[in-house]
Parts: sequence; C-alpha cells; structure tokens
Amino acid sequence: MTAPAPAPDVAVRTTKLRKVFGELVAVDHLDLEILRGEVFGVLGPNGSGKTTTIRMLCGLMRPTSGDATVVGCDIRTESERLRTRIGYMSQRFGLYGDLTVRENCSFYASLYGLAPDERKTRIDELLGDLELSARSNDRASTLSGGLKQRVALACAIAHRPPLLFLDEPTAGVDPAARRQFWKIIYDLAAKGTTIVVTTHYMDEAAKLKRLAFLSRGHLIAVGTPEMVTAQFGLPTIEDVFVELQRRDEAAA
Amino acid sequence: MNALMRFFSAIRTSLLWPMVRKEFIQLRRDPGTLGMILGIPAMQLLLFGFAVRTEVRHLATVVLDESRTPESRLLIETIVQTQNFDLVGHVTDRAAIEHAINGGEVRAALIIPPDFSRQLKRGEPGSAQIIVDAANPLASSAAISGAALVATILPSRLGVGPSATGPPLDLRVRPWYNPSGESTTFVIPGLVAVMLMMTFVVIMAGAIVREREVGTLEQLVVTPISKWALLLGKVVPFVIIAYLQMTNVLLLGWLVFGVPVRGSILLLYALAGVFILAVLGIGLMISTFAKSQAAAQQLAIGLIMPSILLSGFLFPREAMPAVAQWIGNLLPITYFLEIVRGILLKGTGMNELWRPTLLLLAFAVVTLAIAVRRFAKTVE
Repeated sequence: MTAPAPAPDVAVRTTKLRKVFGELVAVDHLDLEILRGEVFGVLGPNGSGKTTTIRMLCGLMRPTSGDATVVGCDIRTESERLRTRIGYMSQRFGLYGDLTVRENCSFYASLYGLAPDERKTRIDELLGDLELSARSNDRASTLSGGLKQRVALACAIAHRPPLLFLDEPTAGVDPAARRQFWKIIYDLAAKGTTIVVTTHYMDEAAKLKRLAFLSRGHLIAVGTPEMVTAQFGLPTIEDVFVELQRRDEAAA
Repeated sequence: MNALMRFFSAIRTSLLWPMVRKEFIQLRRDPGTLGMILGIPAMQLLLFGFAVRTEVRHLATVVLDESRTPESRLLIETIVQTQNFDLVGHVTDRAAIEHAINGGEVRAALIIPPDFSRQLKRGEPGSAQIIVDAANPLASSAAISGAALVATILPSRLGVGPSATGPPLDLRVRPWYNPSGESTTFVIPGLVAVMLMMTFVVIMAGAIVREREVGTLEQLVVTPISKWALLLGKVVPFVIIAYLQMTNVLLLGWLVFGVPVRGSILLLYALAGVFILAVLGIGLMISTFAKSQAAAQQLAIGLIMPSILLSGFLFPREAMPAVAQWIGNLLPITYFLEIVRGILLKGTGMNELWRPTLLLLAFAVVTLAIAVRRFAKTVE
C-alpha cells in the first residue's frame, strides 16, 4: 500500500511513525500533518519524544517503522535531498566556539552550496536582519545565550529553506532575547517559511497557531491552543502540560 | 570502484574545501595544540637521542663457509652457542650476503675463507670475518661481544695454542652502514615514526568524537555535506601538519645528532605520506567506534604502547618471542620503521622497500574504508 501523495499545502506528513531504542518506545504510531507556512509547536514533558520526532523528520534518525514525507521528500529514501530543503537548529546550537560569527555562518552557508559572492551578500543581509553585524568578528564562544541562538538561526536559514526545525531554541535564553527571537520567527513564517518548533515555555506555546502534545511517545492532542485546552477541559496550555506531566509521573 | 568515484566527487564538489578551511582556522586559533604537535617531538628527540641504550642478542645470521672443514664447522657451532647469533642459513657467495642484509631479514653474516683450517694447521691465526648490519648499533655491539667470546673459547676446543704471530684466531667484526656505531643515529629515524604514530592517532581519534560531544556534529550531518567530504576534510589538514612534524624531527636529528640521509629524501617523503594516511585512518576508525573523547584516548593509547614496544623501535624484533613478532607484524609502524631506517641509514631504495610500502598502503586503505563505512550521517 502506498501512501497518497501529500497535498501541496502539506509540509510534513507522518504515517504511523515509530522509533524504538532497545526496550524504550520513544515515538509510537505518530500520525501528524503540518501545513505549509504555519508555525507548528511540538510540546510535551521531557522524554515525550519531541526531539526524536524532529530528528527523524530531519533525516538524523531512521524510523523503526512508519513513513514520513517532509517538503516532498521521503525521509527514508531521500534524506540527502531533504537536507538541502530544510533548516535545523539543534538544542545545543552547533556553533564552533573558536570561529567568529561570520566564519560560522560562512562555513554552514558553504556546506549548503552557496557560492562565495552569494554567500557574502546573504550573510551580510542575515547579520543585519538579526542585529548581529556589530558582533560579526567576535568568536561564537564569547556570545551570550541569546546571541548564540540568533547566530545558530542565521546558520540554519542561510540557504533559505522552505521548512525550519527548531529544537528548544529558547532554552536558557533571557526573556528579552526570547521575545526578539519569536518576532524573527513570525517574520520568517509571514514570508512563507514553515516552522516546526519544540519548547518548554507554555507562554510561547499559547501563541502558536497549531500545536501537538506528545506524552510518552504518543500523540495526545493536536490543534489550535483553544482546541487543545477544550479537549482537556482545562483553562490554559500550561495546565494541559502540567496535567500530562502528572500522568507521566503516575505511570512511571 | 564505487568508493573511488565517490572519493573524487567529494573533492570535485568542493564541499571538502569548506571543511578543510574550517579545520585550519580552528588549528590556527589553538596555538597550544599546534605547539604540542611540534614541540613534544623535539623534547622526545633530545631525551631519546641522549639517553637511550639497549642490548640485543640472537642476530639472524647467515654463513658463507668456503673452508668446509671440521674446524670451520666448530667455529660455526661455537658462534651459535654464544646466543648472540642465530644461524638462519648458508649462502654460497658474497652477493647473497649483501642481498640478505639489505632485505632486512638477516642482521649478520659469518664468512670463513677457504684457507681457514690450513692457516690453523700452519700455526697461523685462523682468520674469519663477521659482517654485521650496524644500522642497528645494538646489533654491532652484540656481534663484537659475541666474537670476543668465541675468540676466547674456540682455541682450546680446536686444541691450538697461541701462534707465533699472535692469538690463534683472528675474528674480525666488520660493521656495515654505520661505521661509527652510534645508537642515536639509529634511534632518531625511528623516533620520526613513533612521533607521527603517537601524535596523530590520538589527535585524529579525538577529532570526530569531540565534535559529537560539543554538539557540532549533529549540526554538521544535517547539512548536505557527504560523509566522504566530512571525513576527508578532517584528514587533509592533519596530513600537512604531520609532514611539518616529521620535517621538524628530521631537521633536529640532522642538526643536533648528525643523522645521515643516505637515500632519497624525496622517496622518504613520498612513502611517509602512505604511513601518515595509515595512522590517520587508524585514528579516524577509533573515532567512529569510541563513544567519548576519553574512550577514544584510551583506545589510541592502547595502540601506541605495542607500537613502541613491539615494532622494533627500541627492542630488536629478532630477539622477541614469536607472539610478539606476530603482533609487531600487525602494526603499520613496524613497516615504516623499516622504510625510514632503510632510506636514512642504508640508502635503501624502492627495490627493497616495495613490500613494506604495499603493506602500509593496505593499512591506509582498509582503515579509511572502515572509518567511512562505519560513519553514518545520523545521531543514533
């Protein structure tokens, strides 16, 4: 049985996606659809399978079973083509501390195939947009968490990917920097980039267009924040999160 | 074939160069590491050059017995009994001796001239000659002490007393290749090999694991860079640094200790490239197995110890038990020692060195292939 081709407005579609590490089922029978141009949140307590899901969708982990199509690429058979069409910012940012801001951006941009001239123009533009120009010759290791986060974002979007994965981009970043970061993210989305983001901050989650709640590898709820709170009969997204965490702990 | 094509495509598609450039920037920003790569060998050189002396016995020896008499057979028997010489065969002419010693399988030769027993019967000193491959000065000192021992034992066995012209036996040791008999000239070429091995297995072993621990590897493998370009990009800069280190040790050895360059220095640099690739291949392979930097270092050190002890760097392999010799055969450094000592001390050429060269090439290809095969662009 072949899955039907994804509709043009679908950026990500997973079918019974499953990942097992030894005894542990990290992600189980995940069916998910993420639309083009939306800012989609993947939420859940620690160990719920958020990072594993994102890594599978980026081609960094092979699913144990199930399928997924990401921006028109099959994650099993077209993981190299997939890589050219997505941006990914890992939890640890992945910057080289001993390289300057510009060198980091230039390195990643060149790996995504940007020619030297194009690269320079694009990096100047990005550093300007992300307010990093003043620090462009500083080593990445000397930057604050908020600045590192923006440099990592610049590295991830230098090749203008239609889809961007952000794995806890705002962890360990101060509130002012978080606010600025989200403004940048929504600007990107307004220009047509699909964004898939995980976060632990429920105030951020409440502003997302749509979100999915994972718990112990299972998809518990998906929809707008209002739909999710209604499903649980709880007043806020934060209450849903706390409730899920309580259930997890009770089951453990 | 497939692998070869991917190798060239990695070079052509230029994603190799961003990787190489990045590695060089990082090296430049880390003068401590670079200083250690170049400075520690210099210290080791002085240490070994001035301090190391070791002893050797059981030299593999061939015999050219042109006398073929009971007396000559008794001489051979006595020489073997000293345990400084092990008889490995008989030859029929001098060209065969030269060939055997150049080939490296034989360290010494005993030549008994046709009139050996006639000289003894006439009451003249019986003259014989021991040729020793003194490129290893330990071997030549073993030969000299062995010969001295024979000279004291043999006359009474033969039942001859002191002759009119002097002692009854004139057993001369003639060292080849290293007439001054200095052991520093022997140790330093070996040190080139050991330093390359120690430094670059450890550094290369840490290379991938470090990026994994810091978290940059995940960001790297999510880009379209091929694993060939990624791994080659890690290897290429260290090939260049390894050549720098080797040049450093050779220059110091030449200036401070007068290590000779009897063969082609170009050939040495060419063959060293094969050894460097083998060493980096081992390091890279360790890097794909090890889960942490600490584990990678342990594995690397686990390989370095036998490389120092069993390769023939300090202790002659011919004096080792069979098991130790076997393990030595599995270490690439064993073959490079043969190459570097051959070229510097004996002026050996490609004719004698094709075998160790091919073996090194096999090591390089196999280790690099295993590393590339095991490396996956995933984070599992």
